[in-house]
Parts: sequence; C-alpha cells; structure tokens
Amino acid sequence: MSADPVAVSQGTAPATAPAAPLLAVLGLRTHFFTKAGVVKAVDDVSFTLAAGEVLGLVGESGSGKSMTGYSLMGLIDPPGRVVEGSIRLKGQELTTLPAEKMRALRGDRLAMIFQDPMMTLNPVLRIDHQMTEAILAHRDVGRAAALARAREALVRVGIASPDARLKAYPHQFSGGMRQRVAIAIALLNEPDVIIADEPTTALDVTIQGQILYEVQKLARETGTALIWITHDLSVIAGLADRIFVMYAGKIVEEGTTEDVIDHPAHPYTRGLLDSVPSRNPYGQRLKQIPGMTPSLIALPRGCAFRERCARADAMCEAMPETTAAPSGRAGHVMRCFHPLA
Amino acid sequence: MLVYLIRRCLQSVVVLLVMSLIVFVGVYAVGNPIDILISPQADQAEREQAIHALGLDQPMWMQYFVFLRDALHGDLGHSFVHSTSALRLIFERMPATLELATVAMLFAIILGIPLGLWAGLKPESASGRTIMAGSILGFSLPTFWVGLMLIMVFSVMLGWLPSNGRGETVSLFGIPVSFLTLDGWRHLVLPATNLALFNLALMIRLTRAGTREALLQDYVKFARAKGLSNVRVIGVHVLRNILIPIVTVIGLQFGALIAFAIVTESVFAWPGMGKLLVDSINFLDRPVIVAYLLVIVTLFIVINLIVDLLYSALDPRVRLGESRS
Repeated sequence: MSADPVAVSQGTAPATAPAAPLLAVLGLRTHFFTKAGVVKAVDDVSFTLAAGEVLGLVGESGSGKSMTGYSLMGLIDPPGRVVEGSIRLKGQELTTLPAEKMRALRGDRLAMIFQDPMMTLNPVLRIDHQMTEAILAHRDVGRAAALARAREALVRVGIASPDARLKAYPHQFSGGMRQRVAIAIALLNEPDVIIADEPTTALDVTIQGQILYEVQKLARETGTALIWITHDLSVIAGLADRIFVMYAGKIVEEGTTEDVIDHPAHPYTRGLLDSVPSRNPYGQRLKQIPGMTPSLIALPRGCAFRERCARADAMCEAMPETTAAPSGRAGHVMRCFHPLA
Repeated sequence: MLVYLIRRCLQSVVVLLVMSLIVFVGVYAVGNPIDILISPQADQAEREQAIHALGLDQPMWMQYFVFLRDALHGDLGHSFVHSTSALRLIFERMPATLELATVAMLFAIILGIPLGLWAGLKPESASGRTIMAGSILGFSLPTFWVGLMLIMVFSVMLGWLPSNGRGETVSLFGIPVSFLTLDGWRHLVLPATNLALFNLALMIRLTRAGTREALLQDYVKFARAKGLSNVRVIGVHVLRNILIPIVTVIGLQFGALIAFAIVTESVFAWPGMGKLLVDSINFLDRPVIVAYLLVIVTLFIVINLIVDLLYSALDPRVRLGESRS
C-alpha cells in the first residue's frame, strides 16, 4: 500500500503544527475478524494532531471514521482489534499499553462524546453519580470536591440551576441538554483530546449550532484538541482547522479546511460537497454520489471508490499512493490518480 | 404515593372477592364431602345431623353469604376434618413453606445472577457455554425426578443428608424455623436445592440476556470511555439496568414457589402448606381449600405490590402515581 504516508503528511504539515505533535497516529489498522471474513474498518490511517487543534474527520457511514475514534480510545471490542500501527499521545505509545494504564488515560487525557445523547447517559443513575464517578475514577479527591467540580462543569456548558440538575435523572433532560451534560462529562478532567463522534447529528438544527459554538469555545478556553467526526461537511467547515476525508477505512484526502472545501482534489470529496443541500441551486435536483459505500469485506481491488467514480479508468485498479494535491498547498494531499484540478 | 397505595388496596379487595366466588363455586362442583366424612354405617338421622352441623343443608348462595359474612370477621371457616379453624391450620404450616421457598429463592438468586453475568460477559467461552447448557437441564428436568435423584444420591448412597422432615427447629418470635440450627440446615439443603433448580436456570438465562443486551448500549461504551473500572461498569451501570426485569421475575416466581412447592414438599415429606392442600383436596375439606387459595392470592397481591414499589426505586422513569392494572 502506501510507502510512508506520514512522511508525506509530516513533511508538508501546516506551519501552525508544532514539531512534536500531541497525538501521532501512524499506519493504524483496525480489523474485525467476523465469520464472513476480515472487515478492514480502519486500513492504514496516519495523522497528527497538535495541541488545541480542531480536526474534522469526514466520511459516509461505514467509512471507518468512528472506528478510528474507538481505536484511539482503546475501545475496540472483540472480534475487532488494532492489528498494526502506532498511536502516540505526547510520545507515549498507546497500542501496547496495558489495559489498566489505558483505562487510566481514558476519560482523563482522552475523552469521547457519542452521537446519540438519548443513549449515552445511563437511564437509571442520577446525573451527579454519572459525573462524579468520572472524576473519582482518575482523581484522589473527596465526593464533595468531585461534586463541586461537576457543578462547575455544568455551569460551563450553559446548564441553568446546576444544583437541581445534578439531582435529576437523564429522562428529565431534553436531547440538547443531555448532550451538554455529556460534553460536561468529557470536559471534567480537562483532557488533552476530545473525540466527538457526530455529537450534533441527533439534535435539532438550532441546538446543533449552539452545541457547535459551545464546544468550539470550550476547547479554545481549555486548550483541548478536538477530533470531530461527522458525515456533514457543512458542520465541520466553520469549526475545523484541518479536514480528513475517509473512505473505506482510508484517508483519501487531507488538508486545511480552506483547501479541502474550496479546492477539493479527490472526486469523493467533491461528491460529499455537492451533496450538501445548501450548496445546491434552488429548484435543481440534489446531487448525490451514485451507489453505496462498498462492503468492507469485499472491497474492489485498487481504489475503493472507483466503482462510484466518473473519472475512474483501468489505472484505478491499483491503489493510489498519498500524493500532493493539484492545489500545491502545503499539507494538502490525497489518494487519487485523476484528481480534480 | 398514598393515593396509589389506597387504590391498590381497593383493587386487591375486588380481586379477592372475585377469586373467593370462583373458588367457592369450583370446590362446590368437585363433590359432596359428606360421602367421605361420614362412615357408610351411619344411619339417616346421623347423616342429616352431620349435614346440618356443617351447614351443607343450605343452598349454595346462602353458604357463600355465610362464608363472606364470617370472612369479613376474619374467619374463613372451620375444617371439616380437623375441627379447627382453617386459617389456623394454614398458618401452622405456612412457616415451613415460606422458609423452604425463601431459601430456594436465595439459592437461585445468589448463584443465578453471578453465573448469568459471567455467561453474558463471556458468551463464547467454554465456561459460559457450560453454564447455558446446564441451565437447559434446570428447565427441562421434572422436579419430582430430580428430588428422587437427590434423595438417592445424597441420602441413600452417600448418606450425607437426611431425606425427609424439617429436622430440629428453634422458635423465632414464636414461629418454628429450621435455618437457625445445623440439623435444620441439613434437612433444608436438599428440598431447597430441588425447588431452586428451575428458578436458578431462569435467573441465569434472564441475567445473561440482560447483560448481553446492556453491553451493546451506548451508556456502557460511554461509561468505559470515562475510564471507569470494569467492576464499576458492570457492577453499577450494567447491573442496575438488568435488575429491573430480574426483580419482576423474582417476585412472580416467589409467589409461584410458595403456591406450588407441593411436589417438592411431597417428595421430601416437608410439613408445609402444599401437603396440607393435597390432603384437604383428598378429603374434600372445602373450608381449608378455599382458605388456602385465598391466602395464596393475598400473598401474590402483596408480593406484586412489593415488586412495584421496588420497581419505582430501581427505575426513576417509573412513577407510581400513574394508574396501572
């Protein structure tokens, strides 16, 4: 496959990224060993993340973006496992870390927010228990101190009357409120990285905007780096510093938000951009990418996108390497033989 | 809460009333107790006298109203056979059955929930599969046969445990109990194991299914993402959620254990209510049968109320104010 994708991405990293990245992922492969065959959910993914940076990870369902997030958290359940590659957080290798040390990192240095706020909070436990346990799992503080900290976190995500809210159960909250609570929990231990897995997808559009704004503000205040996983490029456009487009377990294009949105090189990125309703002229049929995400068990040879791609030809039966995009911008790279100019 | 309790009590009275009518009519249809109670040598005068003494010369609706009137005064009639109050007979035997059923239920819970959790957490492992295979045996082997096998192995062949009776009892608040003496425990173990087997299998299956379902939920993944230890994720997040159906089934099954411990009590000659019922049916001892069934119905009503109260304690989404049947 790729000779050394990281060499490319590091060599051309944007000027804002410091020399030693906060998080460095190199050649990550996460496979699921099912009865039907090996599902290569994450297949040779490499990227770096600087402190305080916001990274957008974009792709359709089944592109491996969520599994990349779970791999970073060490939350891949059997029959899946990280089979290859390295994940380094502040220089510490995570893939070989013993389970107990990984647990200590989870929720402390690395936090995660999930898609459906209706499902992520335990329905039978009070909010205060669900918040303080996240602190007590990592800090040797008393219950009173943990409670005070939980209260503070609720205030920070804009929840009114936090004292009453701490004593409430999840079903007494609206969807947006629950997601705020989930974000407050992720922020409790002031992690280095928060992985947000489509946290606004299940919410009303008005609430989406509020949550996006809040998270961006909070991440900036605390210097927390964000990996924002979404299928919606319009959500990420105003938020991310850099965008990674994933398809069938691989990163097919990466670059600064401006490069990827304004000068997409990969036909798949173009397709994703064209499918955003607001970018389509009124009265015209909404553009969509033909076909479906291929089954990860039976991927076509070569470029996985070629069967849905108008530009594909015989050349695409080989896997394209990660190369510089035609835009010529530093850090803007893609995997395609026939990029858009 | 108070309104809820009052409403539940009123509902219970209706249930008891309907139940008493059904039972009364049913028992009336089974046969005439006089044929069994009076010796065939008795002459017509003696026979008439006995029928009158037992109140059997009255029409059925009259007998029912006499029964109801007395029942309101807390008197469920006198046994035809033992010439003592039916309730007293039942309450004399009740502690033995309650003790047996409680110990059996505790066996099932204490063993079943951890085994079910284990099988749910490691469904593919050899131990998990063995537990599940064993639970099928628990479901399918008939109680009386298992009881006989237990007696054969542990009493006859090995001679470790006694095969019948309650053993030495101690008085606790005036009630004789076996579980406070070693001899009592030796007598309790076999029948309780016998009675527990079905419920043990049920607990294992229920816990395993609940665990497997809960593990797939996002709240478990989120709990793990918070960096909680496995003990806390499983012991608090998973267990609190799966306890809700388990408590319901425990309640229902506990009632069933008390009501239908008859087979085990017969096999192990355990002097409980079940044996009393079988004897009473043989003698067509109407008042005892009716009183027994009403006591059982009351037990079910009380257990169900306790389950509903526990339910609201376990699941914050359940509110007792709403009307439920």
